[in-house]
Amino acid sequence: MSDVIIIESGRQERNYWGDLWRYRELFYVLAWRDLAVRYKQTIIGAAWALIRPLLTMMVFTVIFSRIAKLPSDGVTPYPLLVFVGTLAWALFSTGLMDASNSLIGNSNLISKVYFPRLIVPISAVVVAFADFLISFGILIGMMVWYRFIPSWQVLFFPFFVLVGIAATIGPSLYITALNVKYRDFRIIVPFVVQLGLYISPVGFSSSVVPEKWRLLYSLNPIVGVIDGFRWSLLGGHSKLYIPGLTASLVMTALLLWFGIRRFRSTEKRFADLI
Amino acid sequence: MATPVITVENLSKRYLIGHRSDGGNGRVTNLRDAVTHTARNLGRKTLDVMRGREMLQGDKIEEFWALRDLNFQVNEGEVLGIIGRNGAGKSTLLKVLSRITEPTSGRVTLHGRVASLLEVGTGFHPELSGRENVYLNGAILGMTRADIRKRFDEIVAFSEVERFLDTPVKRYSSGMYVRLAFAVAAHLEPEILIVDEVLAVGDVAFQNKCMGKMSSVARESRTVLFVSHNMGAIKSLTKRSILLDQGSIAAEGGSEPVISAYLMKTLDDKKKALKAKDLEPFRRGEKREGPAKIVAIHVPGRGQDAEMLPEIALGSEFSIEVCLEVTHAVAAADLCIILFNADGERVTTLVASDRGTGLSLRPGERIVTVDVHGLYLTPGSYYAEIWLDPMIDGRSCDAIFEYPLLTVANKGLITHGLERPWGSVFCKAADWRVDDSKAAAPGALTL
Repeated sequence: MSDVIIIESGRQERNYWGDLWRYRELFYVLAWRDLAVRYKQTIIGAAWALIRPLLTMMVFTVIFSRIAKLPSDGVTPYPLLVFVGTLAWALFSTGLMDASNSLIGNSNLISKVYFPRLIVPISAVVVAFADFLISFGILIGMMVWYRFIPSWQVLFFPFFVLVGIAATIGPSLYITALNVKYRDFRIIVPFVVQLGLYISPVGFSSSVVPEKWRLLYSLNPIVGVIDGFRWSLLGGHSKLYIPGLTASLVMTALLLWFGIRRFRSTEKRFADLI
Repeated sequence: MATPVITVENLSKRYLIGHRSDGGNGRVTNLRDAVTHTARNLGRKTLDVMRGREMLQGDKIEEFWALRDLNFQVNEGEVLGIIGRNGAGKSTLLKVLSRITEPTSGRVTLHGRVASLLEVGTGFHPELSGRENVYLNGAILGMTRADIRKRFDEIVAFSEVERFLDTPVKRYSSGMYVRLAFAVAAHLEPEILIVDEVLAVGDVAFQNKCMGKMSSVARESRTVLFVSHNMGAIKSLTKRSILLDQGSIAAEGGSEPVISAYLMKTLDDKKKALKAKDLEPFRRGEKREGPAKIVAIHVPGRGQDAEMLPEIALGSEFSIEVCLEVTHAVAAADLCIILFNADGERVTTLVASDRGTGLSLRPGERIVTVDVHGLYLTPGSYYAEIWLDPMIDGRSCDAIFEYPLLTVANKGLITHGLERPWGSVFCKAADWRVDDSKAAAPGALTL
């Protein structure tokens, strides 16, 4: 007898994380499915993956730099500043939106097969991460175009990517768990994301925020991620604001913890509620 | 040595269901009611949200026990059938056992990996090709990519859709779709397999293939829980079954007696629904005015109260009385009685005009009795379909369908080997002997 499984009301499974590991391929497979399906029956197919972020970047550059006339920091070309911001923001917003609808979108799986439910929203974040990698490729192209060479700080970039992923997963888990019960969140999330775009420093540098508000502003975990991205990729011209970064990191960790807790405690009832 | 692989103790599952106090027609008579109604509902929903409870539509909440105090064990390598009517709790039980939903109370202990097959093609994506869906579905059911790659050719061969592997499954016929889906599922290799009603796919040939696969799974000493409405499949795949009724175990034991118990119960429920002399629920189709009409059906035998089916003993002969109300005299009417066993198979057909002439009916209440000789039914319950034909224009004037007619019980005629499959005809007497002197008849096939 290999493993013993005990099913009881309210029992936390001891082997939950083990199961998660056993089903690790499902993260990849579900993400692959979403990606493979996305560009089926389109004319230009996967080229959309490149065109979408490019278009977003162009729109943002025009709106924030030309129309709103917001300053860049120092010598960094404005499109690069915007694009790095978009990179972080797109990871967060597509991750959050797809993940919060993921359980409902896969309700046929939830009500018919067992697997750790955590896989579903997280694989939606994996999809967002794949988009992120494509956009990152475009960024490298842009850096070559502007002859921009990042300095030693680029070594910290992977760390900020991880923070960005954590900052996405935390709220996503919380909202997707709520969304199963109360579909109101399906309507609320797009508004929150839209609003978040304007209050996060995507199209402008966070240095435009007055000094006394900066710490409060940094409670938005995405502020820390975007600042970190800019600092690590675009170099010392954008200074890293340490208290703000710490605030963002703490918020990220808290949200992640709350998200996982909330998700785990409601997970077993998903099949009944969905 | 029998070791329990699945142990279920006092398992219960409760659902809350909401009702609307206005009876669900949504009609509210005046504005004040409409406003108070909406406000009250909103208030309750808000409270529910704050208490973290689920939202229910409607304003009256009722508890519904889908499973109540279940206790049973399944041993290693055993194939257990689970039968019961719709809504008896079969699917809920499987969902609890496969960890899709959590029980309200009680405990289940499982030794080994569980794979459940509650539906074929779970997670199939219509836009993906057959090949891609095999990997997708396999991963969802808990196979690793290495497993799938190893068994890919086997899966494809089993599904018989080789030619269409790279076509999106949305272009598949429904038969191809379920064949591919079943093929993936059939190649799972868990220690415990939970299967719900999946054999009802494809054409007869494919169904036989599925049955074959299932019995080979059972032979590999894996533990299987099998839910089906197909009693034939249950009989051939399982030795032991449990019968669920309203969330509790109504019968447990050898599949054959449990199935008979289930079928009897269905017949009994039907009989209970029927008021004395009221045959209306068994009439179907348009009503025809004719010279005569069937008003009652009766089998003289034991169990004559309205609650029970008439019971006759195994190996005995019986009569059927059909009571007719005749309004106009009929010179030669025909009466046809068709017997069906509980599986719905036609057992025999009795036709009055087979003796050469029809029945002459004078106006009034007439009882037609048919004494059935030389027909020995096996234990179980039987339905009748009865047609009355005045033989005027070739059209019948009354017909009764699926009427629960009688049960046959083994009352001590056969005292050993009680649980053997009975088949459909009972042989009342057979003489057996050993002839030492005779050789095989010339021309007999020698094996």
